[in-house]
Amino acid sequence: MSQPAGFQLTVDRIRCDGSGLCAELLPELIALDDWGYPMLTPGPVPAYLGGLADRAVEACPVLALRLGAAPAGVGAPGTRARQPVKAR
Amino acid sequence: MNPAAAPARLLAGPALAAGAEPLADHRARLGPLPTGHGEALIPVLEASGLAGRGGAGFPVGRKWRTVAQAAGDWPVVLVNGAEGEPLSAKDRALMVTRPHLVLDGALLAAEAVGADQIVLYVGEAHGAARAALGRALLQRGHAAEGRFRLVAAPPRYVAGEESAAVHYIDAGDARPTTVPPRPFERGIGGRPTLVQNVESLAHVALVARYGDGWYREAGSHAAPGTALVTTSGTGPTMVQEIEFGETIGAVAQRVGAQAVAVQAVLVGGYFGGWLEGTAAWSTALEPDALRQAGAGFGCGVISFLDQATCGVGATARVMNYMAGQSAAQCGPCVFGLRAIADATSRLARGAARPDDLAHLERWTGQVRGRGACRHPDGAVNHLASAMRVFEDEFRRHQAGRGCARHGYEARAS
Repeated sequence: MSQPAGFQLTVDRIRCDGSGLCAELLPELIALDDWGYPMLTPGPVPAYLGGLADRAVEACPVLALRLGAAPAGVGAPGTRARQPVKAR
Repeated sequence: MNPAAAPARLLAGPALAAGAEPLADHRARLGPLPTGHGEALIPVLEASGLAGRGGAGFPVGRKWRTVAQAAGDWPVVLVNGAEGEPLSAKDRALMVTRPHLVLDGALLAAEAVGADQIVLYVGEAHGAARAALGRALLQRGHAAEGRFRLVAAPPRYVAGEESAAVHYIDAGDARPTTVPPRPFERGIGGRPTLVQNVESLAHVALVARYGDGWYREAGSHAAPGTALVTTSGTGPTMVQEIEFGETIGAVAQRVGAQAVAVQAVLVGGYFGGWLEGTAAWSTALEPDALRQAGAGFGCGVISFLDQATCGVGATARVMNYMAGQSAAQCGPCVFGLRAIADATSRLARGAARPDDLAHLERWTGQVRGRGACRHPDGAVNHLASAMRVFEDEFRRHQAGRGCARHGYEARAS
């Protein structure tokens, strides 16, 4: 089997209402701007933070934060976020 | 006139003041529409190097190929004549005077990508343009029936953004949507949708007749062809056709703008950037050179700022407009652009708080890239260029040292 390409956080800017929970749960990768909206560290989520990233995604009250497969190629059309296995 | 005599291509033919060129004259001048080639036009467009003229400059041929190859239902062609940019008038001028060039391009697009429907999306405020296209459709009679739909685009800055245009046509809501999916994947009615600016389509109508080699006879290798530009600022708003690679100074000369009287030049519109006056004069109007200079070709806006007007005030007006035109969907755009507009206004009025200038620099970085669409990016890129070109003025205003130029009056919106 091939190695998983890694996962990346994305935020749906239209859904996001700036609750700030994600930054509280995952300050390693998420900071808040001056108005309380999340700024994500670009690039794949390091493996050791995978569990925390899952929790941040679950905690988002408006389902704006997503964890999806990191883009494999440029402009892959219709890329849909693939959910990682939940670490429980 | 021979259209091969660059640069008058789109605007060759009768005087613009004569209004819309009727179908019979259009056909007599340019010959019939070369239909029947279908998808074979796409490689010609790719070879021509024609880039989109709505602002993003995406290669037209590549966009058509993507839509033509998209899986799913028959595609739709969305002809974008929303022209929400306040400093641009070139799309309107084209629709009003050469409606049949636009319709020709739209029909060629539909044929090439296999679309059965064409939506003409034209600014609600642009009544003359909608009337001209409506009359042009009637002149085409049954050939146009059932294929075209004329839709009035709401008068908002973002209404012309492609996902907002699709959203409006489908759901009456001219606000951008989260992408992907992009319109070329899933657009109007869920179908792949080719969104193309009216000027881009008018160029296609000529490339289809004369070929890619002809198209490349004007302009430079990297930026071939001609383009419509709108000049304003020190004189009346005017539309002219230029060859890519011409300098701003050459274009200025045709409208009587003089280097000594011009403090700075805004290129690309509210999404574009400011260039310092003297440096601008020798800057070539082509995407690469403009990008290097800190601006962009965008939708072809060239606006001259006279020596008497305060650049900080001019920036404050634009920032207030951009904040007011946010679709109010994404937090960083709603709150960030408002905060930026307020701080810029305080600076302009001479009522700066101690950290306003520092905040503007910080917020420029925080807002960029953080909207569903590029509206906040356009606003902060404009601001960054203004803070570079009017650096001394911004510092004077921050320090409360007054301003020798015309001030800024706070305005609604």
